[in-house]
Amino acid sequence: MSLLTTKGLTAHYGDFQALFGVDIALNQGETIAIIGANGAGKTTLMRSLSGVLRNAPEMITLEGQAIGGMSADQILPLGLAMVPEGRKLFPSLSVEENLLIGTYGRKVDGYWNLQTIYELFPILAERRNNPGTALSGGQQQMVAIGRALMSNPKVLLCDEISLGLAPVVIKDIYAAVPKIQESGASLIVVEQDVGQAMKVADRVYCMMEGRVTLEGTPASLSRDDIHAAYFGVSA
Amino acid sequence: MIWIDTLAQGILLGGLYALFAAGLSLVFGIMRLVNLAHGDFIVMAAYLILLLVTLMGLSPFVAAIIAAPVMFGIGWGLQKHLLNRTLGNDILPPLLVTFGLSIALQNALLEGFSADSQRLPTGAISTASIDLGVLTVGVLPLLTFGSAIAVIVGLNQLFYRTELGRAFRATSDDATTASLMGIRPGNIFAIATAIAMLVVTLAALYLGMRSNFDPNIGPARLIYAFQAVIIGGLGSLWGTLAGGIIIGLAQTVGAAVNPEWQILAGHVAFLIVLLVRPRGLFPRAVD
Ligand SMILES: Nc1ncnc2c1ncn2[C@@H]1O[C@H](COP(=O)(O)OP(=O)(O)OP(=O)(O)O)[C@@H](O)[C@H]1O
Ligand SMILES: [Mg+2]
Repeated sequence: MSLLTTKGLTAHYGDFQALFGVDIALNQGETIAIIGANGAGKTTLMRSLSGVLRNAPEMITLEGQAIGGMSADQILPLGLAMVPEGRKLFPSLSVEENLLIGTYGRKVDGYWNLQTIYELFPILAERRNNPGTALSGGQQQMVAIGRALMSNPKVLLCDEISLGLAPVVIKDIYAAVPKIQESGASLIVVEQDVGQAMKVADRVYCMMEGRVTLEGTPASLSRDDIHAAYFGVSA
Repeated sequence: MIWIDTLAQGILLGGLYALFAAGLSLVFGIMRLVNLAHGDFIVMAAYLILLLVTLMGLSPFVAAIIAAPVMFGIGWGLQKHLLNRTLGNDILPPLLVTFGLSIALQNALLEGFSADSQRLPTGAISTASIDLGVLTVGVLPLLTFGSAIAVIVGLNQLFYRTELGRAFRATSDDATTASLMGIRPGNIFAIATAIAMLVVTLAALYLGMRSNFDPNIGPARLIYAFQAVIIGGLGSLWGTLAGGIIIGLAQTVGAAVNPEWQILAGHVAFLIVLLVRPRGLFPRAVD
């Protein structure tokens, strides 16, 4: 049984339909990447999974439980955390407070706590008392990842964690992924950078205009397949 | 000598206004909601205390301790079941709803308690005073001011030193992202309004012991509170205390010059501060 699945997932913003029957599955211990052009619906998919957007209950299941109708604050304790697009740190909170808020109101057991996050991203320990938003983009991204890890999620959603960062910083950020995988979390990584997605993922889904247009392991997908699925035209 | 006395009275009066304003400041800081019925809730709490005093023969202080959890519950229910529904991108619905609430509360109090003005019995404390050498200050105003400081310190501790305070700040920054942390914004707002009602109860206690009150004085208390919050800078609790003191000082000094100028002087001070510092004395960096 898959850890997290969507079945015929649809999503709307008012009258505008952003997702048209998306089916994806994430297996225990797996990392999948979602790629696709701007506006393909990747973030909408992440927002649906995390409960920011509500759906019909049975459209999304986590460990067999229908969670599509739940709100974000109900889904987080079930073991699904998200690193949102644009990082979304809390400006009124220090770095450490931004991390601590990831476990608001709950005691959670697991590998991740303040100390292990600081081991993963040592620079954050140095900046712990700074306002989160006083950090560089890459450091802010580390805080956003650490904040999501604090709840020791079974599933971690990462929405464009490399967006707007310099290549060397992206390398630092992605260097953390193996350790996150080792800690037992399964990952869904949204990436515009196809090469990066291929490197990190066990399987890749490509989206276009609200639909999944291609799915497979990195080794099984040719450049032409991806190009066609990404842009809707063959190279 | 008389001037020192006037200044001291003004500052101490500012403590009362800070108490009026602290709850408003807290709620505004967290959810950008201006509760237009805030003053009427102060009056309502004063009647609740009065009721407990008359029915059960309690001292106002003990009555306030009993009234506080009742007001806490009312605040929680009000926010959870009514005001949360009005929050959104449009700022008009909460204003309309709390304006309606203000009128409804005034009428309900009028029905229940008549238009006669009332006062909480205070006993010896209302006339007791302390001689500080250069000036003599009343025990009650001093107690009021001390309570205001305690409330501001307490709320600041809550805001910056506790997990709940972190959730307050995070939800105020970005409610959607806060919900991704497992925080339920509606509950956070309900707790904030409930806490504001605790402060309202304390404000009501001192209001009722200091002066007469009747069902119609709520809106004027709201105005003083609102001015204190604006002068201090939206979202700053210490600023709210400063704002209360400025209004209190202006009113007392104005009254010393000419008794008819008391209220006017407060409004003039408010306008002057707004002209010089449109965002208040201690505006929050993020806004
Ligand atoms: N809040 C919103 N209101 C209305 N339409 C929206 C909203 N958010 C996204 N959309 C639309 O939904 C579609 C999918 O957007 P989404 O953000 O999911 O794409 P994306 O794949 O994450 O794109 P990007 O790579 O730019 O982040 C787009 O056409 C977008 O314009
Ligand atoms: Mg996106």
